Amino acid sequence: MDFVVQLLDGLAGASTLFLLSAGLTVIFGVTGVVNFAHGSLFMLGAYVGWSVLTRLPSGPIPFTLGVLATAAALGGIGVLLEVLLLRRLYRAPSLFQLLATFGVVLMVQDAALSLWGPADLTLPRPPWLRAAVVVAGSRFPRYDLALIGVFLLVAGALWLLFNRTRWGTLVRAAAENREMVAALGVDQRALFTSVFALGAALAGLGGALALPDGSANLQMDLPAVVDAFVVVVIGGLGSLPGAALASLLIGELQSFGVVLLPRATLVLVFALMAVVLVLRPNGLLGRPAGAVRAGTAEGTVRATPRPLVLAGAVALLVAIAAPLLVGPALLAIATEMLLAMLFAASLHFMMGPAGMPSFGHAAWFGIGAYAAGLASRDLAAPMSVGLLLAPLAAGTAAALFGWFVVRLSGVYLAMLTLAFAQIVWSIAFQWVGLTGGDNGILGVWPPAWAGPFGFYWLTLALCTGGTLLLRHALGTPFGYALRAARDSPLRAEATGVAVQRLRLVALVIAGAAAGLSGGLSAYAKGSVFPTFAGLPRSVDALLMVLLGGVGTLSGPIVGALAYTGLSDLLLAVTQQWRLVLGGLIIALVLAFPRGIAGAVQTAWQR
Amino acid sequence: MNLKRRSLLASALAAPALRARAQPSGPIRIGEINSYTTIPAFTVPYRNGWQLALGQINGQGGVLGRKLEVISRDDAGRPEDALRLAGELLDQEKADLLAGGYLSNVGLALSDFALQRKCLYVAGEPLTDALVWEQGNRYCYRLRPSTYMQAAMLVEEAAKLPAKRWVSVAPNYEYGQSAVKWFRALLEKRRPDVQFVAEQWPALGHIDAGATVEALALAKPEAIYNVTFGADLTSFVRQGNTRGLFEGRSVVSLLTGEPEYLEPLGAETPEGWIVTGYPGKAVQTPANREFEEAYQAKFNEAPRMGSVVGYALIASIAAGIVKSGGTGSEQMADGFRAAAFDTPFGRAMYRPLDHQSTLGTFVGRTALQDGKGVMVDWRYVDGASVMPGDDEVRRLRPHEG
Repeated sequence: MDFVVQLLDGLAGASTLFLLSAGLTVIFGVTGVVNFAHGSLFMLGAYVGWSVLTRLPSGPIPFTLGVLATAAALGGIGVLLEVLLLRRLYRAPSLFQLLATFGVVLMVQDAALSLWGPADLTLPRPPWLRAAVVVAGSRFPRYDLALIGVFLLVAGALWLLFNRTRWGTLVRAAAENREMVAALGVDQRALFTSVFALGAALAGLGGALALPDGSANLQMDLPAVVDAFVVVVIGGLGSLPGAALASLLIGELQSFGVVLLPRATLVLVFALMAVVLVLRPNGLLGRPAGAVRAGTAEGTVRATPRPLVLAGAVALLVAIAAPLLVGPALLAIATEMLLAMLFAASLHFMMGPAGMPSFGHAAWFGIGAYAAGLASRDLAAPMSVGLLLAPLAAGTAAALFGWFVVRLSGVYLAMLTLAFAQIVWSIAFQWVGLTGGDNGILGVWPPAWAGPFGFYWLTLALCTGGTLLLRHALGTPFGYALRAARDSPLRAEATGVAVQRLRLVALVIAGAAAGLSGGLSAYAKGSVFPTFAGLPRSVDALLMVLLGGVGTLSGPIVGALAYTGLSDLLLAVTQQWRLVLGGLIIALVLAFPRGIAGAVQTAWQR
Repeated sequence: MNLKRRSLLASALAAPALRARAQPSGPIRIGEINSYTTIPAFTVPYRNGWQLALGQINGQGGVLGRKLEVISRDDAGRPEDALRLAGELLDQEKADLLAGGYLSNVGLALSDFALQRKCLYVAGEPLTDALVWEQGNRYCYRLRPSTYMQAAMLVEEAAKLPAKRWVSVAPNYEYGQSAVKWFRALLEKRRPDVQFVAEQWPALGHIDAGATVEALALAKPEAIYNVTFGADLTSFVRQGNTRGLFEGRSVVSLLTGEPEYLEPLGAETPEGWIVTGYPGKAVQTPANREFEEAYQAKFNEAPRMGSVVGYALIASIAAGIVKSGGTGSEQMADGFRAAAFDTPFGRAMYRPLDHQSTLGTFVGRTALQDGKGVMVDWRYVDGASVMPGDDEVRRLRPHEG
């Protein structure tokens, strides 16, 4: 077999990955922002590039100028994004920036649809872009060869920029210690803005350069940002050489993977990410990062104030009586809300008190759902068995996998959970024999004796019970020890708290609770799909927790109810629900940086 | 000729309407679900299509004397969202029946929901065979020709090729898998001398085109069977052109002749691929011309395949309701059997045997004209002509009803 061409293919792939991830890693390294909208900038780069390049003559020089102009335009968009949105959020908990940039993702999707229309846009390739050179007896595209050149060029230019200019020195200093740089009289605002502009310009460059090999389309943003995350995490957050190295690794892995394991392409990359994080928790070339925590340390858990208990009791009574008061449609939404509540509460348990921000919480939800679905389909087990197996399976998986997770912290931990969730998703998607692939498992309906109301009451009992138990656990010595381990692992260790074991227990509890929610969802929908373990579901859970407020115990409950209600309402009311939802998320983040419940709490205590 | 078809439609709709005075007088509500935000390239023309049909039918007095109303929802490409919306449409919006779907898994989920809730579901685009066969049920009807039918249309042509060494490339999910399975099985039956020497399964929307093309070339095939579409297809074609993958090789390609997927290829459309699709304006039948002109007048753009599907979906539902004589679920589940309807492609009907419509599609070859990809040498293949035998269908569809 001829490896030279595969090698070159891998390098060309690595070039695109590097352009995509360099911006993300630079922005994170300096500002600490995990920019979820980076894929949207890449997509905008492709669209803007298309608009610019189709208006220019088709020679190599206009092409180069057009691509550079696109990068500059995206740099401008980056400045706007930083000045208008992110600048206001540097002091908020770091996952809030993620939430805000996710709002941007949603808005950009609808904006691009209305600006450029639904069709895929392709750039006509003049002959010079179609030309090939003969390498080892096969034809290899000259443009892909040029892309490899761009990789080297950009990597070199960035190295010079960061190591040989005053600006670069300041940026590196800010990455080391922001406060110190500020104390020395450096204008941080301008520095951050320029870094963001650079990152956005790189994404735009990548998007425009991807045009000749593909198209500008509305589905390219999320895969792009997931790819970029993977590269950045494998390379080490904030490390440019790391991003370059990881791009090379993944590019080659994909190129050879296509030949050797054509059916498992989805799993390979995430498996690599998991292996790297297990062996080198900070990525290949990363340095230990300060813990990125979801919330600031709260005081002790207070007894629930009486008005809140009353409000909760009233809400519960209304919920119990709901089937008699509302029609089946509202009841279905209520079921949805209850399931979301337990799911969000389990994530909050992990990321709030236990200090383990999870990007892949859908893994447990999905495992629970598949346990119930498989039990129902293959064992013809009754619902009670399915609902017992769901938390059991998810908890067991969490115990096995948790061993790797609890040794990490901050964004690395979040990324390892993401990798695991993506592996679960890929298995659900690609192991068609067991899981039915993307068709899922159908016909998992609750038994007839439950009737239309019975299942709702069961859901109400299990979800409310589970959520209250999670809440109760935080007030026990276990909960106190957990928060001690979060706020100061060293001191907790010194006072005799077995930090890692404690966090593992917390992970298993959270996983089992999410699994129960997943199992119930399987019966509520009558089916299980790979999307149950997909990234959007993990993001949904994060949004609910952050929306409600991660620093309060009621946050996940309020957030789950608000988010589910909001998206249901918007879906029914407008075709442009992403624009509105994205705008609302951003507005909420700006108005209530501590979440809805956090804001209420602050107002109450004032 | 326009007049003839229109009056035909009008009389077909009007006659039972006279009988149906006793019916409730509010509009007939169709709960429609599709992946509007995830697959806009198909679903936006599709929405235009059903809006056109809706306007025409209501302009002629509606169905059974009642107006048709479509309540449309976006499932964001997620089957579980589609299920929730289906519940909402049924319970809150009081929809009389459900329709729509693009992805195969969404279609199957809605079909299972329809069985559970005993309501009618008319699937427009989902192509999976399971919808009418393995998991077919009494309440589900499907409009588009399935992956089996389209693969069978292509095998007809592929069997004539001298090529013996084949490779396949398909997105790694239900649609791609079943498209490859049937093509292989049918071709191997017709031509015992062919062999499939390599297969590629890129993840949907995530093709590594350069490496995929290289891997296919390594197998030294004489012919290629392609199932990728959309952005994946564009990347695949570009790398294949530059690297010379298609030179001296036959290519058989599913759906590539549909304007949605052909247009983005532009000047790089490879010539001579055997494809299924829709030649658009070139189809000079009265039915298509009338449709094309009305569509162009209303939306100021040429119709795509999605437009035809949306239009035909509503036309088929109107005809089904007329034939059922009412909107009760059981009434319609029976009444849609053998309901015949007019589409831009000609007349079609829902087979009583498996609830699959006989709507066909066009098979032809790709060509370049004025820097744009078009279909040439095409012919319309009626869906009924590429079905397996009735006994075979009964075996494939275990749950009768």
